[in-house]
Amino acid sequence: MKHTIAVVVENKSGVLTRIAGLFSRRSFNIESLSVGATDNPEYSRMTLSVQGDEEVLEQVIKQLSKLINVIRVSELEPEDSVERELAIIKVGADKDNRSEIMQLVSVFRAKIIDVSARSMIIEVTGDEQKVDALVLLLRQFGIKELARTGKVSMIRGTRVIKA
Amino acid sequence: MPKEDSPNRMTGAQAVLECLKREGVDVVFGLPGGVLLPLYDAIYNSEIRHILVRHEQGAAHMADGYARATGKVGVCIATSGPGATNLVTGIATAYMDSVPMVAITGQVNTFLIGKDAFQEADITGITLPITKHNYLLRSAKDIPRVFREAFYIARSGRPGPVLIDLPRDVTVEEMEFNWPEVNLAGYHPSVKAHEMQIKKAAKALMEAERPVIYAGGGVKLADAHRELFDLSVKLSVPVTTTLMGIGCFPEDHPLSLGMLGMHGTKYANYTIQESDLILAVGARFDDRVTGKVSSFAPRAKIIHVDVDPAEIGKNVRVDIPLVGDAKNALAGLIKEVQPKPRSAWNDKVDLWKSDYPLKYVPDMNIIKPQYVIEKLCELAPDAIITTEVGQNQMWAAQFFVHKDPRKFISSGGLGTMGYGFPAAIGAKMGIPDCEVIDIAGDGSFLMNSQELATAVVNDIPVKVAIINNGCLGMVRQWQELFFGKRYSATILGRTSPDFVKLAEAYGAVGLRATKPAEVEPVIRAALASDRPTLMDFIVSPLEKVSPMVPAGAAISEILELEWSEESDASSLHEIIAKTRSGVSSQEGC
Repeated sequence: MKHTIAVVVENKSGVLTRIAGLFSRRSFNIESLSVGATDNPEYSRMTLSVQGDEEVLEQVIKQLSKLINVIRVSELEPEDSVERELAIIKVGADKDNRSEIMQLVSVFRAKIIDVSARSMIIEVTGDEQKVDALVLLLRQFGIKELARTGKVSMIRGTRVIKA
Repeated sequence: MPKEDSPNRMTGAQAVLECLKREGVDVVFGLPGGVLLPLYDAIYNSEIRHILVRHEQGAAHMADGYARATGKVGVCIATSGPGATNLVTGIATAYMDSVPMVAITGQVNTFLIGKDAFQEADITGITLPITKHNYLLRSAKDIPRVFREAFYIARSGRPGPVLIDLPRDVTVEEMEFNWPEVNLAGYHPSVKAHEMQIKKAAKALMEAERPVIYAGGGVKLADAHRELFDLSVKLSVPVTTTLMGIGCFPEDHPLSLGMLGMHGTKYANYTIQESDLILAVGARFDDRVTGKVSSFAPRAKIIHVDVDPAEIGKNVRVDIPLVGDAKNALAGLIKEVQPKPRSAWNDKVDLWKSDYPLKYVPDMNIIKPQYVIEKLCELAPDAIITTEVGQNQMWAAQFFVHKDPRKFISSGGLGTMGYGFPAAIGAKMGIPDCEVIDIAGDGSFLMNSQELATAVVNDIPVKVAIINNGCLGMVRQWQELFFGKRYSATILGRTSPDFVKLAEAYGAVGLRATKPAEVEPVIRAALASDRPTLMDFIVSPLEKVSPMVPAGAAISEILELEWSEESDASSLHEIIAKTRSGVSSQEGC
């Protein structure tokens, strides 16, 4: 089972290390992790994607909550939240397949952000499945390089996760 | 702008001392070094007593022993690099056993950090997984806030060690001292147990037919032994303790079951396994307690009281969680329950107690380790006992009758050999009027024996009882039982020094007993001594810690270990004797 957890932390040096260290020493599996500033410059927000059953999830949340620099830990239910991930993908592209790639890109509402004689860089935003699907389809053209941000997530409606 | 001559204007080093004073610290244990010169210069005319150790590991264990004996925060100091890394084992020991401690380490100048400077080590990185929290100071103005937070974090909630890394330039920087309130957005330890959960737990306790209380170190940390006693007596519920919980329930009381687990009493393990309700208080279902988890207390409902929510449900499923301080939760339970008389369950438990007592075979010619512990208990029943780790620790747990909380001090979680002696020094500094005895092994004592110098120089009259069996006994025991008696690297014999001479070389008193009849006179002489005194008891090398739950078994599958066969006995005797040739009875008392 995959779970998404939002963690609001103090924006101080070493906090990421504390969280990463906690995961490795307790043998929790992180699938993705993204981190960035919040509206309040004193806090950062991390989004973690964690693999494990309910008991593992409970331990992850409790252990994270014990860290002094962690302000809040919340699980985000997939049906109750929106999630997005951004990927940029460099594919082999020349005059023979360029238009085919461009069609695919438009179906996915992705963007081409760089073009050269033998390559293209495509930017795609969406949930994990959408990014996975585009990556899969682009593979036939030869993916030269791929960078993903890891997902960020937010609860739908008026409820908020705040410090 | 503050004036230059403002009374609150001081250097970082002076601010550190001011913080320690405000936190009520009366003694610190440490060893100086290059980057700590400014701090030690401030210590030079401070009213806080500094105990100079001979190895930083000793400083950490002393701070730990002081904290366990007094309940106050222990403080140790080490210089950057190797000084700091030498603290690591001591910090990890304190972390595993939830001991309130503040460790102060020197660090190279801030502008040198990350340049692999002389005696630089990333100690905040190194201690990340073994501290409750740690700090790297970058400015002197942060000193008061960081120290106040560190002491608060160390002692509140589930206590633990906090490390403060102090770069040299921060200690010489001038600053304006002010003492801010603690304001930690991400730290709010829960203390008060939930009312509804208390009611639920009380109901379960009233309905249970075969209840048992399983109490751990959290009872001592919360100072809840009185409440534990009252609840147990009010409900006639038997109490077993973990190694860390020893002393939080008087072991001479009829409801006491002693310790449970791998080397616990048979009756404690049987009681747990047959119970229909376990009230776990401040204990964490460690693998040494549960044995095979899937077979642990198969018919029992579990109420788990713990101040650390992450402990609940970590190792076993819990029916009624009670997050909160043990004192608060137990007091709540006492109010909710009605007195319950003794039942058939108590009779059954008492029958187990009389059928399966802890025992050993006494001997007229050779000293049995258990006999030494019994004699110590008889002659110094109110002493604080610290232990090393291994057989000496288990015998000290089993054969000394523990009655007071904070009087049994042992490295439970980490199992640190070399802990007991420096911990004894720390405990004695905290409670100088109490006799403090380290029950040691000949293997583990040597791991921090250099602190004999600390005890002698500072006139700290602790006593050490070495249960000298010429081997690394616990590992040897396992080799005998599970590795075909192949004693790989466990026979010490001649490779150990003459402990009496060792003590004398440091200016301490050394005494030796080689026959059972000499045990009592040696103990009496040691107790009469007002100097650090070491007792070397040459005991039977064959003796095993019994009973024992084999690794991976259910705790009801606890075995009474057979005494070694004659042929094994003579071969082991021969090996040890060969390596013991330097020690003879004439050298003793």
